[in-house]
Amino acid sequence: MTHEVLNRRVFLKTAGSLMVTFALLPDRVSVAADTPAASKSVATDAVEGFIQIHPDNSVTIYSGKVDLGTGVRTAITQIAAEELDIPLAQVTIVQGDTLTTPDQGLTWGSLSIQVGGMQIRQACATARAALISRAASKFSAPAQAIKTHEGRCWHEGASTSYAELIEAEGLVLKVDPKAPTKAPADYQVVGKSVARLDIPAKVTGQFEYMHDFRLPGMVHARVVRPTGVHAELLSVDDQAARKVPGFVATVREGNFLAVVARTEWGAIQASAAIKPVWSAWQGLPEQNRLWDYVRNTAISKSEDLQNAGDPATVLQQSAKKLRATYDFAIHTHGSLGPSCAVAEWKDGMVTCWTASQQVHLLRKQMAQMMKVPESQVRCIYIAGSGCYGRNGHEDAAADAVLIAKVVNQPVRVQWMRADEHGWDPKGPPFLLDFRGALDDQGHIAAWESQAYIPKRPAQASVTLLAADLALMPHEVAHPGNVHQGLAIPYQVPNLKTTAHYLSHTPFRASWIRAPGRMQNTFGSESFMDELAHAASADPMEFRLRHLIDPRGRECLERVAQLAHWQPRTGKAADSGDVVRGRGVSYIKYELVRTYVAVVADVEVNRRTGKIRVTHFYIAHDCGQIINPDGLKNQLEGNIIQTVSRTLLEEIKFNRSQVTTLDWVSYPILTFPEVPQVTMDLIDRPTEKPWGAGEPAASVVPSAIANGVYDALGVRLRSVPFTPHKVLEAMRTRT
Amino acid sequence: MSHSYTLKVNGQSHTVQVDDPKMPLLYALRNDLHLRGPHFGCGLGQCGACTVHVDGHPVRSCSVSVAKVAGQSITTLEGLGSPEHLHPIQQAFIDEQAAQCGYCINGMIMQTKALLDKNKHPSEQDIRQALALNLCRCGTHVRIIRAVQRAAAALV
Ligand code: FES
Ligand code: FES
Repeated sequence: MTHEVLNRRVFLKTAGSLMVTFALLPDRVSVAADTPAASKSVATDAVEGFIQIHPDNSVTIYSGKVDLGTGVRTAITQIAAEELDIPLAQVTIVQGDTLTTPDQGLTWGSLSIQVGGMQIRQACATARAALISRAASKFSAPAQAIKTHEGRCWHEGASTSYAELIEAEGLVLKVDPKAPTKAPADYQVVGKSVARLDIPAKVTGQFEYMHDFRLPGMVHARVVRPTGVHAELLSVDDQAARKVPGFVATVREGNFLAVVARTEWGAIQASAAIKPVWSAWQGLPEQNRLWDYVRNTAISKSEDLQNAGDPATVLQQSAKKLRATYDFAIHTHGSLGPSCAVAEWKDGMVTCWTASQQVHLLRKQMAQMMKVPESQVRCIYIAGSGCYGRNGHEDAAADAVLIAKVVNQPVRVQWMRADEHGWDPKGPPFLLDFRGALDDQGHIAAWESQAYIPKRPAQASVTLLAADLALMPHEVAHPGNVHQGLAIPYQVPNLKTTAHYLSHTPFRASWIRAPGRMQNTFGSESFMDELAHAASADPMEFRLRHLIDPRGRECLERVAQLAHWQPRTGKAADSGDVVRGRGVSYIKYELVRTYVAVVADVEVNRRTGKIRVTHFYIAHDCGQIINPDGLKNQLEGNIIQTVSRTLLEEIKFNRSQVTTLDWVSYPILTFPEVPQVTMDLIDRPTEKPWGAGEPAASVVPSAIANGVYDALGVRLRSVPFTPHKVLEAMRTRT
Repeated sequence: MSHSYTLKVNGQSHTVQVDDPKMPLLYALRNDLHLRGPHFGCGLGQCGACTVHVDGHPVRSCSVSVAKVAGQSITTLEGLGSPEHLHPIQQAFIDEQAAQCGYCINGMIMQTKALLDKNKHPSEQDIRQALALNLCRCGTHVRIIRAVQRAAAALV
């Protein structure tokens, strides 16, 4: 699939072909603009970009990173309250509003605390230092004699509130990267399992999700997608749709089609009644030849991520060598709530309420698509259903902006289940080749890996579906940093890990939890196991044999302890239908941060081929822990979701489109199959806090594969591990 | 032509005007009554996010029409308890911090209510079976199981 930025001439031409049919429009109710002080700084190097102290001494934190259901809102509130020395209850957070929050980059890569939280910590530390120095002059005392506590600066029993200290001159200062942060030993709030701020509202039906957001006079839209990924819209018959009570409009722009009605149910009925004729596009590869297709796709660039010694020669000369190929299926994000957005145009300016993980980037993409300056686009985050990466939220937002422009009313777009499963951008297919050689002492003498993955354009953004369908300007889709995780953390003298960036991938690609890290680690950590068995070594000890990093070693040793790991070198005893095994996996995320080691306990039914993952043990070191229970929640979630992806998930398609459009055809893990999760959190309060979440997900598929090998003596090299594949592997005894 | 129905929701009667008697209850609850508890997840009866109780039984409000349930007693998550007056099941979900995005939690709590109404001492297996058709994409399952266990203990 190729995406190109269309030139202006093409855009104008297609814009001219715009077709809109209107029924009688209800009177437009105008919406009061919710515009905060336009003067608020959004600079990432300005304290006031992040912090506002109000006259009542409460504090608002402006965060560009958003809480996608991960608990980041609570954790960032803790960080700010701690660093400012102000009670937690006095801190509120505004998340992801292009008008008021600094652009802290996308909420991705498990970087919200590591990067976003640390920017806010530094801004708060700068503010605190400034408040102390102002209090010092007020009390005519040295700064060292001023203490901060509960939102006040204290000197010998006298105190003044932060609000009083900023009354005269505000808090206009640059973030000082050297401003001293609090000593971890003094922490009161950070490091505690503060209860999530959002949960009470979520368990009582009070929480406002994106899906709940309403504007006066708002109409409802449903999108009508093509029957083929790149099918062209040849004609539309909307006679029946127009008869639906409350019908407002059919919106057609290029291959973009939507219906609008006064009520949501009206829009759903109209979308079922409309009769579009699409061209017969059949450009997808045959699914059962997907891996040939990937292997034969032109490589646009290759990149060595590690290159040491001379693996080719060693591999050629070595007596003990292995090779293996792994593949990993195409996945959907599968958010439980299909994507939803609301948009309104007013005086040439558009406001879009969205559950996007990337409001600043979205604003840029929308401005490009609609040919308006960025300053005329405002995107406001409202939490949606969990998205685990770049799902359909941004696309629904673009749908809403486009439709609202045409019908000139506030519009709510709600994707249906089939829209989400069919049209969210997908986790692309991964194909991985490995070769390895062992020396006489059972050490890895050479390692070579090659990943066949989608190319990464310069700009990390995913094409807005509406822009693509409507033939409006857009950029080339980016799959995420899918090369990450291919480089290995082990000591190997002859080592080469290579990413081959392919010119095409069958579906619009994007990042889904641990993009690349998960798939590449599936290959690397499975192959590590294959080498361990070839060396007749215990897979836990074999990893330690090649690992010098003390934090990594500690992680593996602690998971071995947690799981009561016993050395395993042979196959498990053969008896009965159900056999049990356990597998280990390890990662140092991107080789620069969070360490994770896991052990998976699995059961395999040899008759049916069905795998059950019964227990996951995890040792986790992400440095300083902000909120231990929040961290546990994330780790459990990442592990369980990835067990689902590993055992069950695969997008199916015909030559035209995705065919797994619901939860029956694309099943996910359910309660009866969910494993127990036991963890050992390694807290290092004096270290930097690193990301958590994705690193735990990335080791799951390989740990399960290794457990299955331990149980059954067969190697699963293709995700998902369906019963069919298990039986097939047993039959061919790979 | 518009049709008028009386919906008894959380102890109060509401009159709703709908264009189509076949409109699923979910849309009346969300758009006409402005309730936020029941969620749209699939509209296909496959996920449970839209669960409410009708005459004390769990029902997927995306898959039952307004006409069908008019006059019956409907309870939503809001009717179970509020932040000020939490139902013990809601309290248990808070105590166990059993939510990530929370989008599925309406269904989890409403299904749990139905389970605990029938079975005061559910085993872990009972809980897993009772929630087997409620999907959670965030992987909050182990916490939800603990929350149901805690709620069961609180309710006896
Ligand atoms: S929305 Fe009703 S079951 Fe999914
Ligand atoms: S908590 Fe997100 S779907 Fe269950």
